[in-house]
Amino acid sequence: MIKNPYLKEKIAFTLLFGATVLVVLPVIFVLFYIVKQGWPAINWEFLTQMPQKGMRAGGIFPAIIGTLYLVLGTLLFALPLGVLSGVYLTEYARDNGLTRLVKLAIINLAGVPSVVYGLFGLGIFVVFLKFGASILAGSLTLAIMVLPIIITTTREALDSVPQSFRQVSLSLGVSKWQTIRHVVLPHAMPGILTGMILAVSRAAGETAPILFTVAAFYLPRLPKSVFDQVMALPYHLYVISTQVPHVKLEIRYGTALVLLIIVLSLNLVAIIVRAQFRKKKKW
Amino acid sequence: MHTMIETHQLNFFYGSFHGLIDINLAVAQYQITALIGPSGCGKSTLLRTFNRMNDLIENVRVTGRVFIDGVDIYTPQTDLVNLRKKVGMVFQRPNPFALSVAENILFSVKIHKTAPASQYEAILEESLRAVDLWEALKDKLHRSALQLSLEQQQRLCIARLLPVKPDILLMDEPCSALDPMSTAHIEELMRMLKVNYTILIVTHNMQQAARVSDFAAFLYLGELIEFGSTEKMFTVPKDRRTEEYLTGKFG
Ligand SMILES: Nc1ncnc2c1ncn2[C@@H]1O[C@H](COP(=O)(O)OP(=O)(O)O)[C@@H](O)[C@H]1O
Ligand SMILES: [Mg+2]
Repeated sequence: MIKNPYLKEKIAFTLLFGATVLVVLPVIFVLFYIVKQGWPAINWEFLTQMPQKGMRAGGIFPAIIGTLYLVLGTLLFALPLGVLSGVYLTEYARDNGLTRLVKLAIINLAGVPSVVYGLFGLGIFVVFLKFGASILAGSLTLAIMVLPIIITTTREALDSVPQSFRQVSLSLGVSKWQTIRHVVLPHAMPGILTGMILAVSRAAGETAPILFTVAAFYLPRLPKSVFDQVMALPYHLYVISTQVPHVKLEIRYGTALVLLIIVLSLNLVAIIVRAQFRKKKKW
Repeated sequence: MHTMIETHQLNFFYGSFHGLIDINLAVAQYQITALIGPSGCGKSTLLRTFNRMNDLIENVRVTGRVFIDGVDIYTPQTDLVNLRKKVGMVFQRPNPFALSVAENILFSVKIHKTAPASQYEAILEESLRAVDLWEALKDKLHRSALQLSLEQQQRLCIARLLPVKPDILLMDEPCSALDPMSTAHIEELMRMLKVNYTILIVTHNMQQAARVSDFAAFLYLGELIEFGSTEKMFTVPKDRRTEEYLTGKFG
């Protein structure tokens, strides 16, 4: 038994601090390692050229473009759909058994393995709807994968807006939709943007959902329409790491670094936008 | 005197709980009417039947009729937006939006598009003057409303109602979060406002009811026990329960 409260305080602090260090250190190490290994490969040619010599030389331009298209396409479908249904579920749907079941299902969908989404996308979009392996099919598949994230974070953001704001607004003769549009959504915006950040990171980084639905093994040209296949960074990384022999280490880590930078800078943009909103709306 | 609010056999249920029982009440225009009674007797519930804010609560039921300026407000045709424009509400806790002073006042104007931008300044000044905040805030219009003192916030909340041009102001214990000085100021403000508005105030503070109101309604366990001029009720209460409440025997 330890009696001394100061000693206890010290032990608690050391434990908590130690745990944090244990979490942070590996992340820093991974980042450091990837930057160190990949940095030599990064140059203008690498970012803007087509791959050459069976992907053992040249650049990764089409994979970068492919990933950007896919992220954009994913957000195009998932953001409006997710936010609107989040608003419906939180603000309009009556709290009955059916609604609760739907909410539960959405939360659970977030835990479905991504390869299952890939298979689903293959069955529905590629085969049944005859989109073929294409940007359209891949974006839709990724969109379905990130929808639960967007819906759940949207709902949490809406729930965190004080009920009194809604009441005041309604009591001023402002209609329900106007209240949501002018009071609730602006206050929930930082949270909704957080959901978007998570969705973007997930969409940019996943391999399994795009494997059967859009990703091209080797396609050294840019897509002409949404019905074209594209290369994408995560799949390209997988390919040059496991499928193509004798790819230089720096090219592999260079690709990983580019993927990392894209995801992190997309995050950064969203974080800045979110901070702007926070500054403006404080309560 | 013109009757602004009238109820006929008004009953209200939270699920199976009978919150208001056979309320018959007539509220006169340009007067201050106080709703008094012990905590939980239904004062807030009654107040919220007049702008139908109770509709937001699930599982409630209303029977009987409520007339606002002669119009039954519990019909399928009732337009809640218009009703709430006509019947404004001040809440217990000051609740300005997390926006600037100006944006709070102009909130309804911008949404209802009741005035062009060129009139915003005039509306700001007029509204803030009406609640005696103009001198204090005219240089701070773009400060966050949350930085104001509680009294100023509550005044701002009243000012925020005025551009909507309501006829009736419902105030649910508007001073309960304020110190005695601020309370006195808000009471003075109410006396100023009653020239143009019909005011209903819920209070559990009997001195306050005595100080500001012209009429008083005493509620007990969901029933309207006594209603009449404040002066009469406070000097010669008709009902034994009113007397006991006013003399502090329960409450
Ligand atoms: N949302 C609600 N659901 C169920 N019962 C409620 C609700 N709001 C109030 N009540 C009940 O109705 C009665 C009257 O409440 P209220 O009008 O708030 O009283 P007062 O304002 O006089 O203190 C109380 O017994 C309270 O418990
Ligand atoms: Mg109350």
